[in-house]
Amino acid sequence: MAEVANFKAIGTRPIRPDGVEKVTGRANFGADLNLPDMLHGKVLRSPHAHARIKRIDLTKAQAMEGVYAAISSADFPQEVTSSLSRNILARDKVLYHGHALAAVAARTPRIAEEALARIEVEYEVLPPVLTLDDAMREKATLVSEDLRTNDDENSPPSNIAATQRFERGDVTKGFAEADVIVQEEFRVPSAHQGYIEPHACVATSNPGGRVTVWCTTQGPFEVRSATAGVLNKTVSDIKVIPSEIGGGFGGKTVVYFEPVAVRLSELTGKPVKMVMNREEVFRATGPASATLCKIKVGAKKDGRITAATAWLAYEAGAFPGSPVGPGCMSVFAPYDIDNFLVEGYDVLVNKPKVAAYRAPGAPQSMHAMECAIDELAQKLDMDPIDLRLKNAAKEGTIAPYGPKFPPIGLVECLEAAKRHPNYVNKTSEEVGRGVAVGFWFNIGMQSSAEVNIAEDGAVSIMEGSPDIGGSRASMCLMAAETLGVPYETINAHVGDTESTGFCNLTGGSRTTFATGLAVVKACEDVIAQCKARAAMTWELDVEQVDWRDGQAVPKPGVNIDVEPLSLADIAKTMSRTGGPLLGRASLNAQGAGACFSVNWTDVTIDRETGKVDVKAFTAIQDAGRAIHPAYVEGQMQGGAVQGLGWALNEEYIYNENGVVENASFLDYRVPVASDMPMIDCEIIEVPNPSHPYGVRGVGETPIVAPLAATSNAVRDLLGFRINDLPLSPPNVLAAIDAAD
Amino acid sequence: MSKIYVSATVNGRPEDVLCEAHQTLLDLLRDEIGLTGTKEGCGTGDCGACTVLLDDRLVCSCLVLAPEADGKEITTVEGIADSQDGLHVVQQKLLEHAALQCGVCTPGFVVAAKALLDKDPNPDEKTIRYWLAGNLCRCTGYDKIIRAVQDAAQELTPTK
Repeated sequence: MAEVANFKAIGTRPIRPDGVEKVTGRANFGADLNLPDMLHGKVLRSPHAHARIKRIDLTKAQAMEGVYAAISSADFPQEVTSSLSRNILARDKVLYHGHALAAVAARTPRIAEEALARIEVEYEVLPPVLTLDDAMREKATLVSEDLRTNDDENSPPSNIAATQRFERGDVTKGFAEADVIVQEEFRVPSAHQGYIEPHACVATSNPGGRVTVWCTTQGPFEVRSATAGVLNKTVSDIKVIPSEIGGGFGGKTVVYFEPVAVRLSELTGKPVKMVMNREEVFRATGPASATLCKIKVGAKKDGRITAATAWLAYEAGAFPGSPVGPGCMSVFAPYDIDNFLVEGYDVLVNKPKVAAYRAPGAPQSMHAMECAIDELAQKLDMDPIDLRLKNAAKEGTIAPYGPKFPPIGLVECLEAAKRHPNYVNKTSEEVGRGVAVGFWFNIGMQSSAEVNIAEDGAVSIMEGSPDIGGSRASMCLMAAETLGVPYETINAHVGDTESTGFCNLTGGSRTTFATGLAVVKACEDVIAQCKARAAMTWELDVEQVDWRDGQAVPKPGVNIDVEPLSLADIAKTMSRTGGPLLGRASLNAQGAGACFSVNWTDVTIDRETGKVDVKAFTAIQDAGRAIHPAYVEGQMQGGAVQGLGWALNEEYIYNENGVVENASFLDYRVPVASDMPMIDCEIIEVPNPSHPYGVRGVGETPIVAPLAATSNAVRDLLGFRINDLPLSPPNVLAAIDAAD
Repeated sequence: MSKIYVSATVNGRPEDVLCEAHQTLLDLLRDEIGLTGTKEGCGTGDCGACTVLLDDRLVCSCLVLAPEADGKEITTVEGIADSQDGLHVVQQKLLEHAALQCGVCTPGFVVAAKALLDKDPNPDEKTIRYWLAGNLCRCTGYDKIIRAVQDAAQELTPTK
């Protein structure tokens, strides 16, 4: 374990190594690659939310001048029947408005679009299933006729793809012991990840079956395996080159048209570029699940929770796989509760297949629980932070989802909140305040890193985690700390699937933790080699050499009079001491370390319009160890504003035919600069023992608490609760009018 | 369909391009001239990622037709840094404040923030927030972007 005190590099805020490229427009994102003789691919999308495809006729499109290929699912391996393959191009049925069902490749994007209009499709329109209530009722219209709950052959077809249930203790007894009980239902709408860069890719192929995909993605290795799966190829047939990525938030962990671009390239023998427009991004990618969460919590007069139940239903979209699992696992995670029962339902509806969105599943279920806790605090006349401290999970608490918590920072965050000037300073009568707690598990998974030393001693890191928010800077800082060399001498590069070792996606808040761990270990490998080279030079045993402050030195007590050898000194002579210095590490990281936060929102409400304004927002979060504190704050601030957007405005608005009526940034309104105040941050550091520098992931937790914190602030000001999100002007105004 | 001849000054250099009537200024910059620093986030003028200066007026280049650029002066993100003096203070401050995460909205913010400071070298926070309200950033929550622009303004204001 490395030293945890007196860091030289860690905790500083240097400029990211890829920064100049990004402020000057030089960095290449997904849509920025153009190749000679390249064609442009476009996708035909369903105008119906639910319909049987009776016929697709591509001939008129294929006959158009400038069109090189027009394809449907019939042009893909039919033995592949995965949900993914049927989401990429529909077979038999279209399952949501915007579902892709055909594609063309043409000389220009304009010709490709005109060709789409010439594709003839005959549909038998079916009634769509659009709400959880409709989907879960008996004799519901079925999204998929052969889907059975939990794959149980003996149960009838259903829209409920899966259920889960876990419990501890005896909730009946627990509620009987309670002095007060809160029981409420909460609905959270679908929200889109809203990355500013639409999906984009360029695929090339050669007659030997080799394929290259350039694309914007959180996980090039996941794109490789998913594309291989849909096309029935082996992963070694495919090379994926990740571009710079213009935001993802979980939404760029899956593929939508990369396999289509590959197929079009194979059929035409030319590079094929595909770029979504914003409307396609809204209609056919993401979003997060719409949910219905029913919570019941009971407590003693002193605030001790005696029992809690959660009933959670999550829309999966057209194919199974909502994040109801993590929703269930996180709902009670901040609390030490003896008696609980959690039930979850993964429910199909005729809407786009949901994708991960920052702490997938947690914002919705924890919104419900944190609102219920707030109600409990009201009933008990307790400070909301004191009530949470009374029940807070800490090291040794058995998490509701099974394991015993290692050191975690929830209590530290709550205590920091209580003494924070923003919390201590009372707000005026016109300002409402709401508190909530956030949580995310974080993950480890597989990472690889190589550290190459140039002949001048410069350090080059090669890793496989797309840099979505400054991770190259964190890698360089950890390398600087480990090697003992200046940050400025280090650069970090994100490789493609053939130039770097296997690496799971940038997701699950894992990059700084797991890929960072690989970088540290690869640097330690370099140090071991440097010590060996120094030992050789000095004719000592390697055990007699130390590495201190970026230099090889004889260990104390070794009787030899030599000048220390720096990394640059050793690099200069490496051709004579054994050849290039190359450190490597690959691992499957364990012990990611859960991340907790405490947030509070201060709001005002215009009672004539129902508009809620955020006047102040404070985020306190345990980072384990902040490698680059400015980028940790960036995660906290960005996640906070995404959460505030979800709380206040963002929602998918469907009409009765299942058509999204607000599929643009004009009508799906994400927060803009003038909507927001500064987001005040305090980083707490309870080091994660599973990382040499104590890192725990920080990326996802920040989006969780703002939903309930804002809801609780509105309740504080209005004196009554609006259970459902968003707290948009029409919804708040209607609630105010109803209460009058 | 015959093409339309467009002659414009882009980042101080003359550019002569043949384009089609339906192409946008954004298409002209990205696809015909090869300046891909200007990004398309929405194509409907809602996100500001394609912000450029057209005769010193801030526009969404996705809402301007390419033929309209004929005879005009255009500044894109590629034209903000000076080849002699290096980064513009707005670019430098965005880096120092870690005010970009993914960086795809950054070109639009650079052009818009520079235009603000050219017009008003000492804007208050509210002015900055409203001026930049046409540029969406989904990563940062705007905090560090606003602070970077404030800091840039500070640096540009001559000390008295």
